[in-house]
Amino acid sequence: MKALQINQLKKRYKNGTEALKGVDLEVNEGDFFALLGPNGAGKSTTIGIISGLVNKSSGNVQIFDKNLDLDPSTAKSYIGLVPQEFNFNQFEPVKEILINQAGYYGINRRMASKRAEKYLRQLELWDKRRSMARELSGGMKRRLMIARALIHEPRLLILDEPTAGVDIEIRRSMWDFLRTINQQGTTIILTTHYLEEAESLCKNIAIIDHGIAIENTSMRKLLAQLNMETFILYLDKHINDLPQCIPGCGLRIIDQQTLEVDIEKSNSINQVFKTLSEHKINVLSMRNKSNRLEQLFMHLVEKNRHNKELVETLIQTSHENIAVEQP
Amino acid sequence: MTFNEKFNAFKTILVKEYLRFIRIWIQTVLPPAITTALYFVIFGNLIGSQISDIDGYSYMDYIVPGLILMAVITNSYANVVSSFYSAKFQKSIEELLVSPTPNYLILAGFVSGGVARGVIVGIVVTLVAMYFSDIQIHSLTLSFTVFLLTAILFSIAGFINAIFARSFDDITIIPTFVLTPLTYLGGIFYSINMLPEFWQKLSLINPILYMINSFRYGLLGVSDTDISSALFIIIIFIISLFSYALYLLNKGTGIKS
Repeated sequence: MKALQINQLKKRYKNGTEALKGVDLEVNEGDFFALLGPNGAGKSTTIGIISGLVNKSSGNVQIFDKNLDLDPSTAKSYIGLVPQEFNFNQFEPVKEILINQAGYYGINRRMASKRAEKYLRQLELWDKRRSMARELSGGMKRRLMIARALIHEPRLLILDEPTAGVDIEIRRSMWDFLRTINQQGTTIILTTHYLEEAESLCKNIAIIDHGIAIENTSMRKLLAQLNMETFILYLDKHINDLPQCIPGCGLRIIDQQTLEVDIEKSNSINQVFKTLSEHKINVLSMRNKSNRLEQLFMHLVEKNRHNKELVETLIQTSHENIAVEQP
Repeated sequence: MTFNEKFNAFKTILVKEYLRFIRIWIQTVLPPAITTALYFVIFGNLIGSQISDIDGYSYMDYIVPGLILMAVITNSYANVVSSFYSAKFQKSIEELLVSPTPNYLILAGFVSGGVARGVIVGIVVTLVAMYFSDIQIHSLTLSFTVFLLTAILFSIAGFINAIFARSFDDITIIPTFVLTPLTYLGGIFYSINMLPEFWQKLSLINPILYMINSFRYGLLGVSDTDISSALFIIIIFIISLFSYALYLLNKGTGIKS
């Protein structure tokens, strides 16, 4: 079953901005799905429409086969949303926020209280249950929003930049938590600007740019498109005599003991080690220069922009030609 | 949602609204009690003792129904407009918008919160009034009906104001420039029979006049207007405003982009 099906979703705001130009998207049940795109690409608008916070201009949204227009109550009951901005009442106690949210989903207070305890403990907020929301740190507020989204135990959890501004330790613990609930059967859609987060967590991916989905595939297939990897090598000696050419590799000196190497996928890095060894240079350590997904993301977005500019230029040229041809 | 789930959702909004204004009772319940006591001391006791009876009642007794209803009107309105606008301002309204709670229950929940505050403040003000005046209730049923309908009507009006409000200034404009003048000119302190004919006729287009006179009839048994027409007007207003508020909510005016 599809957890989410979006067909030709369009959104034009009152000021004329066309945020979505016909997005098509499918997310399978049980998936951990990344929805990526640059700022202003239309990710939050898409999520807003799915969760009922934004009115769409046209198109169709189905959540677990329930049409959002025809059966909004059932469709919404399947979704848990963690929005980008803090949107809880800052003057309410933490536990009360969860109990009220459960109430809006029709859960009675006794059951809501039990679930609130469960999720507050899991997200290490139980000690703060009586604190006012405004007294929490940024990381705690983020976790509170996750607990609130889970209180009705949704089948589809949508996370809009859930780890923004969160330190690495909490981020990692949030990843573990999200992996666990995904393994337990909750479908997750994640938007994030931390691409290593998407690469680490997600099985499938869509990239939105300028209101259209420019890629919608599995993470494995997407990463397979990358035919070059860049490594940084830390060496034990100064490089006085850098080998000029190693087949299938590009070499750059960063400083006297650091080397940057581009390697095509068809080649092995052993060739580099061997050449360096012949020059009596040992590699002390090495790392990937950048995140693989980040490289692909930039490539796809830039390609999309280039295509868009090309189309715009062609249209402009054809307009100019028509204008010239007119008597 | 099943009936039970809907009931739980409604109860959650109502309890939340109730706890909100009770938690800050010094700002919400106490001021109307003090203001009303001052009205009774100044208008009822000091000035009222110099004024002759109206419709067979002392001036102090005559102004009791109007003062009680004024507190109900302002408090039920203020509760909903401030609560809903704050939820919009903090974006916590999104908690409700993403949930399966139907819009009519969201509206009913907020309105019920306003009615709860109106009723509690009304009871407190009535207790204050009983200290200054020895009123005998003419018709408890009518008094309570008008009391309740008025609270419902102004809670809905407060909700509509909050939907359109874009700043905290916008939630004070209507109460200051529309509601207060209409309330004061609605016959709290006088009978419209005391006015020149032109002003009498003009007063009849003020809906608050009908509420105050119906309530006065319930408490004292005297009124400047016909009671059944007054009740009809109040109910028509409630139905119209509720439908309009629900239409705005369904459309997402002021809350969805």
